[in-house]
Amino acid sequence: MRLRDLATGLGALIIAVTALAALFGPALVHADPFAQDLTHRLVPPVWMGGEPAHPFGTDQLGRDYLARLVYGARISLLIGVSAAVTSGLIGTTLGVLGGFFGGWVDDVVMFVITCRLSIPLILVALAVVSAVGSSLAVVVLTLGLLLWERFAVVARTTTMQIRNLDYVAAAQAAGASRAHVLLREVLPNIAHHLVVVATLEVALAILLEAVLSFLGLGVPPPLPSWGLMIAEAKDYMFFSPWVIMVPGLALFTLVLGINLLGDGLRDLLGASRDA
Amino acid sequence: MRRFVIRRVILAALVCLTVLVISFSLTRVAGDPAMAVAGPQATAEDIALIRKNYGLDRPLPEQFLSWVGAALQGDLGSSYLYRAPVADLIRVRLPVTLTLGLVGIIFAVLIALPLGILAAVKEGTLLDRLVMLLALLGQAMPSFWLALLLIIEFGLRLQWLPIAGLDDWTGYILPGLVLAFSAVPALMRLTRSGMVDALRSDYIRTARAGGLSRASIVLKHALRNAAMPVVAIAAVQLGFMLGGSIVIESIFNLPGVGYLAWESISKNDFPVVQAVVLLLALIYVVLTLAADMLNAVLDPRLRAAG
Repeated sequence: MRLRDLATGLGALIIAVTALAALFGPALVHADPFAQDLTHRLVPPVWMGGEPAHPFGTDQLGRDYLARLVYGARISLLIGVSAAVTSGLIGTTLGVLGGFFGGWVDDVVMFVITCRLSIPLILVALAVVSAVGSSLAVVVLTLGLLLWERFAVVARTTTMQIRNLDYVAAAQAAGASRAHVLLREVLPNIAHHLVVVATLEVALAILLEAVLSFLGLGVPPPLPSWGLMIAEAKDYMFFSPWVIMVPGLALFTLVLGINLLGDGLRDLLGASRDA
Repeated sequence: MRRFVIRRVILAALVCLTVLVISFSLTRVAGDPAMAVAGPQATAEDIALIRKNYGLDRPLPEQFLSWVGAALQGDLGSSYLYRAPVADLIRVRLPVTLTLGLVGIIFAVLIALPLGILAAVKEGTLLDRLVMLLALLGQAMPSFWLALLLIIEFGLRLQWLPIAGLDDWTGYILPGLVLAFSAVPALMRLTRSGMVDALRSDYIRTARAGGLSRASIVLKHALRNAAMPVVAIAAVQLGFMLGGSIVIESIFNLPGVGYLAWESISKNDFPVVQAVVLLLALIYVVLTLAADMLNAVLDPRLRAAG
């Protein structure tokens, strides 16, 4: 059990550090993430014998890696959280409706979930972003519109489990409106399951944004998304492997942190295992 | 059982229909396809001509129906980029993607099953924790980054394996491993929890009391029960893998459907894009249908229920 708490704490710490870096980093790091300096290209990080002026080195255009990493943390967190909120709204609405009303409503919801699952995620996301044009907002909306199915599945099953419990029946007997029952009785009582799903979806959205940006159809350059940083640097990875190590590790660590926290929350809140 | 099967088949058919609509409309949100074909220097007459030749001047529902009708006969239109039938382009590349998916799922099962069993047998020990930690790390690993790391390590430093293209079967090893990696955490957790439940059950206690050897209990009796859902999920994971092949194929330069899709997306070759979306979705629908049927056949509770 102690190990579990340690893991959850580590996850929370990783997220806190990333969030702080995203919020205050740009004020603390003096280098400009967009300023190119062709005389200082591909400077290695300090621990590999680089220059103190660029603690994490510079990229192929001489842009400071630390400044870009910190700025990239903003993009990752912004996209991860916004996409999870969007998909949470869609998925929860569908799931609660299906789980609460059952019958044909539920059939429709299940049908929509099945359709969503059968659509190849990355392919469709790429096609949409390519068609509409890449921008932060487009990436958030695309991911939000594609990632809701786990919310829907969990909201549906958990709503089904509680819809016949006494307090829901009591509220209905007391003459509460449907909207009141759904928003005030059902939703608060499945919220802890949804919080766990939300952490997983934030992590997934961050990973997918990185994939899209890596394939050139996510966040548009010169914005320093971590996925885009890896894509831009990959031609130089043979001679300077750290150019992909640094942003990749940042991505890996953040996603790991979110997953650790999510697992911890699941145990803490007693959420269901399929969340 | 029969009711379940019929319901499931109807659902699959409806999903297929929806996927047809989605993959058709996907390429129409981009605006006028005729402009994309004509290119930036085209005159208004050129565009009008193209629109007429490709049938883009007809009403959308009519275009949709004729596309579906042709697709049902195996005609998926022709690529603007290659000036060749889409069906031919896909047919040539599909074996690569399917092989990659199969290699991936085989690797995934070979890694996940033993580790999951090991974790379940040693439940609660350090070994169990380590396996679960591995699942967590695997979940957080961005596949494209892992691919690059493997390319640096095995392709460049050790020079054991090819890093791009498909000169022989060794070209499948690295991409297959990366693809497998994305499925391993889920399969491993499922194997572990299935085995933990199975090992606690009454029939295992009976087998133990009967004096069967530990290996025989774990491998013959518990695994048989725990493996079924794993097989079903593996089928679904294979569907996801084929979708994920777009990333892997473009990194490793494999001439598969995923690479074709990526190329077509970046060059606005929309007949190819919609065909690949359709194909991958249909494969997924068939795989999940098969997995559900398998589950229904294997699970007596489902078999009994109507």
